Amino acid sequence: MTKRIVVLGGGTGGTLTANRLHRHYKVHRVDDQRVEIVVVDQDNHHVYQPALLFVPFGLTSRQEFVRPRTEQLHPDIEFVEDTINHVDTFRDTVVLDGGRELAYDVLVIATGATLAVDETEGLGGAGWNENVFTFYDLAGATALESALDSFEGGKLVVNVVDMPIKCPVAPLEFCFLADWYFTERGIRDKVEITYATPLDGAFTKPIASAALASLLEEKGIKLLTEFNTGTVVGTDTDGDGKRLIGYDGRELEFDLAVVVPLHNGAAYVGRSEGLGDELNFVPTDPHTLQSKVKENVFVIGDATDVLTSKAGSVTHFEGEVLVSNIERFLDHEPLDTSYDGHANCFIETGFGKALLIDFNYDTEPLPGHFPTAVGMPLLKESRFNHLGKLLFQWVYWHALLPGRDIPGVGADMPRHGKQRSNNEEAMV
Amino acid sequence: MSTATLAGTQVTLNAEGFFDDPTQWTRDMAVEMAAADGIGTLTDGHWKVIEFMRREFLEKGAGPTVRMLGKVSGVSIKELYQLFPKGPAKTAARLAGIPKPKGCI
Repeated sequence: MTKRIVVLGGGTGGTLTANRLHRHYKVHRVDDQRVEIVVVDQDNHHVYQPALLFVPFGLTSRQEFVRPRTEQLHPDIEFVEDTINHVDTFRDTVVLDGGRELAYDVLVIATGATLAVDETEGLGGAGWNENVFTFYDLAGATALESALDSFEGGKLVVNVVDMPIKCPVAPLEFCFLADWYFTERGIRDKVEITYATPLDGAFTKPIASAALASLLEEKGIKLLTEFNTGTVVGTDTDGDGKRLIGYDGRELEFDLAVVVPLHNGAAYVGRSEGLGDELNFVPTDPHTLQSKVKENVFVIGDATDVLTSKAGSVTHFEGEVLVSNIERFLDHEPLDTSYDGHANCFIETGFGKALLIDFNYDTEPLPGHFPTAVGMPLLKESRFNHLGKLLFQWVYWHALLPGRDIPGVGADMPRHGKQRSNNEEAMV
Repeated sequence: MSTATLAGTQVTLNAEGFFDDPTQWTRDMAVEMAAADGIGTLTDGHWKVIEFMRREFLEKGAGPTVRMLGKVSGVSIKELYQLFPKGPAKTAARLAGIPKPKGCI
């Protein structure tokens, strides 16, 4: 007899979880039984998603950021390439579209978020990949590269339809890079850039929101807040121009629109009785990462409904607690409740610089330094942060995915080095 | 934080006008706030949304976003904006006496 852990999804969360579990269970047993680990994904292409931001600006190429999933997993981990039909949590079984059924002792859901292009009227229809693009998938980012290349001036609108989205800072980074890109091409004065967001500021949390809003202003990028896109008119069929129409009736004209579509959890979650919420995200305990659905189901990364960013850094920090809790669960021990919502993002600001933000469930992004008082500057543009962002891709393939600890960067948010906010003194 | 008198009772509101303590809320207060907001008389449609927001908050500890409202309240997003032109989730949450819905970060 063996115990089986099935991991759904071979992206950031699934890969690092499977590799960490493998390292533990190659020497440990559960109730005197061997533990086998199976990873399921619909294809064998692992995309380093942060690179998608750089594709439209011609700053990276596919061979640098797409690698086989199987090469990121330890060879003793079984990889199954198939689409998931549904999960039967009553029978502890995953049913694949190819007909195979995988019974599990523990299930890890790591299937991330998907783009729900069709949920916005007009998006994905007329003008899609001609005048209206997204850089949130490889096909869109690639199509956008040629569109930017032939763009000679006019109105560029960058729009987030609604939250939650993956990497909430990416659309802002796109604006900053567009400012840099058109400056380099010598046509910045011919391009009007507008960032239209459903939020009431540039970002969610007050201090970072104010810092990012002044950066937009410095770079001459217009900020339009509380804009809720209802309809996208991607070709000028009615003589009123290409435009985004808000639910409140406001219209925003564009020559080129870069839209971040609505996000849902994976479709099979919706087909699995009792597994997901209305958006197909899986209700998850924010501190243990055990699902609220059944005690042998754990969730990591973008697939959860926890209130922190959907981002690779979050997934990385969640990984430590998640793996420890799977081990504890199988050993019939109480779970570790220490995941604090830690997120850490480099924000590319163009011209070879970047900002860094670091926060968790309770502490908003603050100025200071990371991880200690002499580290990288927080909430402040610096070349050091830009280099950090570039170097991170190496760290991702060689340390994060194999499940190795990154020196100096732990799962808990470091407080040392952060300047306190007025209302937060009691917490530090 | 500030105090206001709504429907003859003193309540505590935060800087954005949301209730600090949802238990202080009464239906008469919603009627008064709607009139002051320019929404006018609250119709059955408004009440359906306000009651739904309150129920969700009491069950889940957070008010739904517009997108969730559109999926689960039985009122489409277009209709929601007709009822609450300045933003359905925010306005309805304020009128329902619950905190501002948190967009994910």
